[in-house]
Amino acid sequence: MTFLGYFLRRLSLVIPTLLGVTLITFTLTYVLPGNPAVVKAGPLVSPEVVAELEKSMGLDQPPWVQYGRYLSGVLHGDLGESSSTGRPVLEDFRQRLPATLELTLASLFIALLLGIPLGVQSAVHRDTAIDHIGRVVGVAGVAMPTFWTGLLALYVFFYLLGVAPPPLGRLATGITPPQSITGLYVIDSLLTANWPALWSSLHQLMLPAATLGLSVMAPIARMVRSTMLEILESDYIKAAWAAGIPRRRVIYGDALGNALIPVITILGIVFGFLMAGNAVVESVFAWPGIGNYAITSLMTKDSGPIQSFVLFVALLYVIVNFVIDIVYGIVDPRIRLD
Amino acid sequence: MADVAPSPATVPTPTSAALRLLWIRVRRNWLSTIALAIIAIMLIAAVLANWIAPYDADATDAEAALQGMSLQHLLGTDIYGRDLLSRIIFAARIDLTVAFGATAVALVIGSTIGAISGLYRGWVDLIIMRCVDSIMAFPAFILAMAITAALGNSVTNVLIAISLTQIPNYLRLIRGEILHIREMEYADAARVVGNPAWRLVFIHLLPNCLPPIIVQATLAMGYALLTMAALSFIGLGIQPPQSEWGSMTAEGAQYIVTGEWWLFLYPGLAIVLMVLSFNLIGDSLRDFLDPRMRGIR
Repeated sequence: MTFLGYFLRRLSLVIPTLLGVTLITFTLTYVLPGNPAVVKAGPLVSPEVVAELEKSMGLDQPPWVQYGRYLSGVLHGDLGESSSTGRPVLEDFRQRLPATLELTLASLFIALLLGIPLGVQSAVHRDTAIDHIGRVVGVAGVAMPTFWTGLLALYVFFYLLGVAPPPLGRLATGITPPQSITGLYVIDSLLTANWPALWSSLHQLMLPAATLGLSVMAPIARMVRSTMLEILESDYIKAAWAAGIPRRRVIYGDALGNALIPVITILGIVFGFLMAGNAVVESVFAWPGIGNYAITSLMTKDSGPIQSFVLFVALLYVIVNFVIDIVYGIVDPRIRLD
Repeated sequence: MADVAPSPATVPTPTSAALRLLWIRVRRNWLSTIALAIIAIMLIAAVLANWIAPYDADATDAEAALQGMSLQHLLGTDIYGRDLLSRIIFAARIDLTVAFGATAVALVIGSTIGAISGLYRGWVDLIIMRCVDSIMAFPAFILAMAITAALGNSVTNVLIAISLTQIPNYLRLIRGEILHIREMEYADAARVVGNPAWRLVFIHLLPNCLPPIIVQATLAMGYALLTMAALSFIGLGIQPPQSEWGSMTAEGAQYIVTGEWWLFLYPGLAIVLMVLSFNLIGDSLRDFLDPRMRGIR
């Protein structure tokens, strides 16, 4: 099949999923207890005022009309208002998204940086100490709740050793944020050569990123290990050994290159874990991202941000998985066939 | 070569043979045996909490507030002087109930719909699978959070939310298995002799899908526990005096800056132990029940 055909077939699977996702988030908003009009008006107004508000908010319309309106709102970037900040949810999101992005990317970086070599070493030294350590790390990493590892890290590195900063956001107090270019403090302060901000943002990022990164390291290491084992048995690697090519080049050059292709497929799952873990880790470290925003809104029963957060994460998840499918189709043309 | 066969004198009696076989199994899977023992102990402790726990879960004692580990309070006490060990034991009730409950509900509903999907195929299957795709488009924890927030804050709703997010796993598993085994000869035979569709599925086909379901359910137990704990950590589901591992960890988090480490450490450790145990058992059940999966890990 041509690449275009593959692309279109994948796309045709994504569209019904996206519709289904909005239908689910709409239903969740619809069944949410607490009439949005009452919440918006406050408890002390008369039923007439509430009815008036209901009408102006379109709540008296049948569900399918409301769904149509909801869908067109989403398409126009209208995610409703937050009743606690009184601002459009989209604006609140835009302000907090860079923090989440920075944390997610840093965690992914840590997970890949540690997970890939661990997987490679476990495969190369199969059934030795390093393989067993890798397995223990994998099994334990999956069993530990992220909020708990985060707290453990805080206790050890902040309270006991004093090397980590208090969990109070992206910069230490007194440090002004770098000039905004990408919104990621680490990148921006690098670009503007703002060394105090760079140091402070890395310092603040250290524990939350490590917590989140370690929680998704296990599936990456496991996947690298199993594909490496398979590839190390293959003829072309044996030929490379026989030709006397240096060990390091065979493992990290010839073998790892091919072993990484299947790893692309689990990056989608890893991204899902990261988004879920984000919400919890952000709330542990008071990280001012969208997950923390959603959880704070849960406490104040502010439904707008919660449902928008869920919708946003799901849309992002679908898109990321779509992109991964396409990239995989480019890297490994065989899968376009099925 | 003749002496390979055991002489009659050394043939063990049936009971000791069974015991020896059991011993061999235990020795080969000592890790899973420990895991099974941990789960059994936790279950017994949860059921008999009223007799086993040294104190009542909600019994306050102002004299003994925020004490570290001691003989009176093995795992220390919280700000109200409540005994941490007792609260962890009582919390096991709610955590294990939700984990087992959510897994059971998801298993029954997921397998039934999956069997229907695999049996009827066609547009029924198409619609069901698009629904599954939409549910799986959400990271599971995020969806569970949204459902609990939408349905209202209660333990029952947490159970519903967790089982809803798990239904697709069983559904896809069973659908795949049914699609495969419905083409087998014994399925044809059962059809030909005139079994109605429901009988074909529930009596003839589903029992053959049991091994992968059991493995899936065991692994899902750990996941359900983690979700439950994370939901109540962020304040969903559990209402305050009630003790639950995740919400206890959240309460304990406030005391990190003052150094009362036992308050967050032990409830979390209970979660880790249980999830680890379920995962280890799931892994060895997979090796045991599903030889195809051996070596893959």
